[in-house]
Amino acid sequence: MSSKKLNLTLKVWRQAGPDAKGEFKTYYAKNISTDASFLEMLDIVNEELEAKGEEPIVYEHDCREGICGTCGMVINGRPHGPLQGITTCQLHMRHFKDGDVIYIEPFRAKAFPVIKDLVVDRSAFDKIIQAGGFISVNTGSAPEANSIPVKRENAELAMDAAACIGCGACVAACPNASAMLFVSAKVSQFALLPQGLPEREIRVQKMVAKMDELGFGNCSNIGACEAECPKEIKITNIARLNREFYRARFLSNVED
Amino acid sequence: MALESKIPSGPIQEKWTNHKFNLKLVSPANKRKFEIIVVGTGLAGASAAASLAELGYNVTVLTFHDSPRRAHSIAAQGGINAAKNYPNDGDSIYRLFYDTLKGGDYRAREANVYRLAEVSNNIIDQCVAQGVPFAREYGGLLDNRSFGGAQLSRTFYARGQTGQQLLLGAYSALSRQVGLGKIKLYTRREMLGLVVIDGMARGVVARNLITGELERYSGHAVVLATGGYSRVFYLSTNAMNCNATAIWRAHKKGAFFGNPCFTQIHPTCLPLHHDQQSKLTLMSESLRNDGRVWVPKQKGDKRPPNQIPESERDYYLERIYPAYGNLTPRDIASRAAKRMCDEGYGVGETGQAVYLDFSDAIQRLGRKVIEERYGNLFQMYEMITGDNPYEVPMKIYPAPHYTMGGLWVDYNLMSTIPGLYVIGEANFSDHGANRLGASALMQGLADGYFILPYTIGDYLASQKFIPVKTDHEEFVKEENAQRDLIKRLKSINGKRTVDDIHRELGRIMWNYVGMSRNAEGLQKAIQMIREIREEFWRNVKIPGNDMDLNQTLERAGRLADFLELGELMAIDALHRNESCGGHFREEYQTEDGEAKRDDENYAYVAAWEFKDVGDWVLHKEPLVFEYVKPSTRSYK
Ligand SMILES: Cc1cc2nc3c(=O)[nH]c(=O)nc-3n(C[C@H](O)[C@H](O)[C@H](O)COP(=O)(O)OP(=O)(O)OC[C@H]3O[C@@H](n4cnc5c(N)ncnc54)[C@H](O)[C@@H]3O)c2cc1C
Ligand code: SF4
Ligand code: FES
Repeated sequence: MSSKKLNLTLKVWRQAGPDAKGEFKTYYAKNISTDASFLEMLDIVNEELEAKGEEPIVYEHDCREGICGTCGMVINGRPHGPLQGITTCQLHMRHFKDGDVIYIEPFRAKAFPVIKDLVVDRSAFDKIIQAGGFISVNTGSAPEANSIPVKRENAELAMDAAACIGCGACVAACPNASAMLFVSAKVSQFALLPQGLPEREIRVQKMVAKMDELGFGNCSNIGACEAECPKEIKITNIARLNREFYRARFLSNVED
Repeated sequence: MALESKIPSGPIQEKWTNHKFNLKLVSPANKRKFEIIVVGTGLAGASAAASLAELGYNVTVLTFHDSPRRAHSIAAQGGINAAKNYPNDGDSIYRLFYDTLKGGDYRAREANVYRLAEVSNNIIDQCVAQGVPFAREYGGLLDNRSFGGAQLSRTFYARGQTGQQLLLGAYSALSRQVGLGKIKLYTRREMLGLVVIDGMARGVVARNLITGELERYSGHAVVLATGGYSRVFYLSTNAMNCNATAIWRAHKKGAFFGNPCFTQIHPTCLPLHHDQQSKLTLMSESLRNDGRVWVPKQKGDKRPPNQIPESERDYYLERIYPAYGNLTPRDIASRAAKRMCDEGYGVGETGQAVYLDFSDAIQRLGRKVIEERYGNLFQMYEMITGDNPYEVPMKIYPAPHYTMGGLWVDYNLMSTIPGLYVIGEANFSDHGANRLGASALMQGLADGYFILPYTIGDYLASQKFIPVKTDHEEFVKEENAQRDLIKRLKSINGKRTVDDIHRELGRIMWNYVGMSRNAEGLQKAIQMIREIREEFWRNVKIPGNDMDLNQTLERAGRLADFLELGELMAIDALHRNESCGGHFREEYQTEDGEAKRDDENYAYVAAWEFKDVGDWVLHKEPLVFEYVKPSTRSYK
């Protein structure tokens, strides 16, 4: 692919701290190669700001290959930008036109407070996992790996769900700021595997209770989460989560 | 100070078992009285923290990431080795040991490598029990594939996301212990200084990256699991925030640095394609299973690849190394690519690339199979380059990827500072001068799940600990030292940005301390690194406040350390007058351009003691080979 150069106008959300009032500020990105990534474009703007002694735009990123889940911003109204199935760091400038105006904002949700500029606090996700998103197996106590055969189809579906990178785009996309897609991905992964069955009921109940406690909204089947998820986690996982949840509730009532 | 490797005596097959028996134990009731600080939550750190907490220790975990799950291990693609021999192709612990030792070009300890192979199978068991969704056969059992440097299939994988799945497994084990209150987790904390009291590691000083506050953490032992230092090259496959600060600051407090010049340049990465690039992307080595590497037979052939007929292509790896073909180890494949490009056969706009072609495999297996195996990698390639690898061959070129060097540790994974343990990529231990594919994940998890939890108990049980609180004068001193350093950085107020200086360092490292090195270039590099270091301390500019989230300041601190480490890498490379593994000295090569080792003079680990910036003392730990006689490493 041959590369071209772009000149762009950026409207970037700047917010000094959690309690500060934020606002859009205008920046110009000049001479950007269409081969550059979106974050490289921001790097260039930032380096210019730094050279002038101004505070650069604060945003998070790390792997820059779509797997760590660190990056994430709302670009022209869409979490992770205009393309389907990719993270912000995988977005490249060849998808923009010379002269474009680009709006850049943080992920917004009650459970993800803004820390500074485009950086938000997503530790609520960790707390949900800490509440029950695991299989309790101490180091050293595992049986021989092939003594637990897993139907290939289930292994594949579990892997589909396990591909979630914990980026939070689903929450940012949802008008209710629901975390159902994230939670359902973890619940599904373990519900599909024999290893996950002993804690099947307790896991889903604890994770859902924690999710509610942390201020995430309810799911009303809008589907925006699935549309914006960079890993294309399927909304059918939410259906499975609901089944698992009601099944667990039913069983625990019976046991009482 | 004499280096004591503490390798147990006895036959290699029994060393670890006997050693475990001889280690002192801490009773369950006493474990509660010990506090262990683990820095880093990658495979090594997360697995160690979880395992230690399960045993009953109190664990404090620090990571600069916003969540433990973001550690760079998440990005590992290809897979993890183990000696299960499920495919029945003749694998064994001994063979995995042999391959790894040979792959490392006989610059690792036999006993360590054997132990690594020995615990490899337990790792797979553990991960499966945690719910890691490894690839499976139709019968429901685990699938294996082959990887560079091995003639059999022993690599377990989860699509192209093995590191992610293994890390999420370790992260879930860690999270469980956080929930149970056995682990105190501090995210967005960057360790800046090590606190040593009476010669023992007793704590760390870390910066709260949100508030800028310096915080003190005390414990009975400190574990560094802070990853590798490839970012010294600026452009590498590592995540943007990977850095050497934790190990480097510990080095300056007395921990020796082992084999700093042993770095790995990975053969299958995306070539540099524009001058604003911030990192290089790895295309998993597993692609070499089905992809064939080639260049045009004719120099400077500018035809599109699909128009170059079969007879005019040079599948040079298959030609030069028929026994291993496209699966030759990384160091060899990387140098071959460089040689081809240097001689003018390179492709693409820059001529600094070779083709990795899947058309044969797609014809043989069908597009669907290839999609199943590598779908996400192909997608990633297309995302970045705009080219579709199902239709045109990928263009690849080598890039800095992994550092075999790291803090020197003994058989117990303890550094030269008592009570300071180093695990995962941060230590120097098991890969010698070159790491085989799929063995870093194995090593990180071996260290964290199955080795450190035993060995650290022996230390805790055999020391007398004076009670230490964070108001101890050494904590005050260390905190002040870190505050002064930050003030000094902030006060320079020069003209150049941090990244500008980092890029310059990177160019020096790549040109002179990269894939091939020579004495003259290394001497020049040492001089140039000193100059750019001075330039940094005179002319860097760091806007913003230090009592705030300030990413420029974070990067500046890390770069300050790279600017010292880079010099030590060049010094180490200059002193090692031989070629071995990833360390290729042009003066020492065979007639056909392969690495020429010098076992008589260089069969040792170079462990460097820090005296002052620019002043190091070399200590040697001789390597003794009782089981595998070093031979010329041939993959032909
Ligand atoms: C793109 C890529 C693909 C790879 N693929 C494979 C593969 O297929 N198979 C394989 O075996 N290996 C692979 N590797 C190598 C392997 O991934 C790494 O060597 C390994 O994951 C390192 O794990 P670690 O736990 O030692 O460190 P990391 O995962 O790098 O973790 C480091 C941790 O330390 C923390 N940290 C660092 N410094 C500080 C500090 N100062 N203060 C606080 N916290 C700190 C970080 O926050 C992080 O939590 C790959 C590497 C790359 C770059
Ligand atoms: S479900 Fe998708 S959008 Fe939500 S956290 Fe996971 S990867 Fe991100
Ligand atoms: S930076 Fe890791 S997913 Fe984007």
